[in-house]
Amino acid sequence: MRTSLAAILVVFATSAWAADVGEVKVARGVAHIERGTEQLPVQVGMAVREADKVVTGANGTVGVTFADNSLLSIGPNSALAIERFVFDTTTNAGHFDSTLSKGTLAVVSGKIVKQSPEAMRVHTPTAIMGVRGTEFVVHVDDPKH
Amino acid sequence: MAVLAVAALIALALLTAPTKPGETVVVLPAPDGHVGTVVVHRGDTEQVLHEAYAASRGSELTQLSPWQVERAYGSTLKALPAPPAKFLLYFITGTDELTDESKLELDKVLGALRERPSPDVLVIGHTDTMGDPDANDVLSAQRADTVKGFLVGIGIPAERIRTGGRGERELLVPTDDNVDEPRNRRVEINVR
Repeated sequence: MRTSLAAILVVFATSAWAADVGEVKVARGVAHIERGTEQLPVQVGMAVREADKVVTGANGTVGVTFADNSLLSIGPNSALAIERFVFDTTTNAGHFDSTLSKGTLAVVSGKIVKQSPEAMRVHTPTAIMGVRGTEFVVHVDDPKH
Repeated sequence: MAVLAVAALIALALLTAPTKPGETVVVLPAPDGHVGTVVVHRGDTEQVLHEAYAASRGSELTQLSPWQVERAYGSTLKALPAPPAKFLLYFITGTDELTDESKLELDKVLGALRERPSPDVLVIGHTDTMGDPDANDVLSAQRADTVKGFLVGIGIPAERIRTGGRGERELLVPTDDNVDEPRNRRVEINVR
């Protein structure tokens, strides 16, 4: 009985830590994070988790630093989903998959890419970017133009 | 006749079907001038971008100017978080005690924390190649925990500090196995 309670507490503690994969460091204008059924207004210091979707309005920009030192910024009128983020601080092995469905994304890759080129991938509706380092911008064309 | 009708139907379908938006990808130089590589996969085709301001638009490869990038993507680039500030601390051989120079580095860590809006700290320990690699994983993690203790001692909240140990995987000074090298026995602090 005691063992199982301890086991539950350990699982709870590690899942709370493991869920946070990055943190908002820059937030300007209107932006929110879709987490499950919730819509959370973005603010500096907010944790970013796997499966979060960052959505910005016409004047919104958001900058996030991830656990492996990857830096991402999301421009105005954009939507970026964090599909998968796995990072091992001992081996620096990991995977980072995100999907930009609209708008603009800037990336400075981190330790995951330094350890394993193309372990970071950015998906758009029609392409997949394999990242071997370091800085780049992706913009999904506005369908109205 | 039938062929023409099918062709006309396909053309109509292409005109009316909602087309997926394409994308533009541009590789940028890092502040230190280094230019990385991005591989753009579209279906079976692959484009490799590895020059500063090289851009891929659909199947077209072009070269943009820094001015064009600034005009189109400046507001996004401006929102990139500041790169981590990095500090190296060294231990007096065989102890948990920092060298005098490293104690001064701790003051600089506090300075970097004050410059950031919501600072968090990553502490990564390293060892030299003396001894067993598995034991060095443990030792490097212990060094990181020791430094975390120092940081908590100067007022940084423990929940804002993450630690890890890289063992002997990331030598600052490359050496053979079983080499005593003080510069490899270090802890790296990133303020983010």
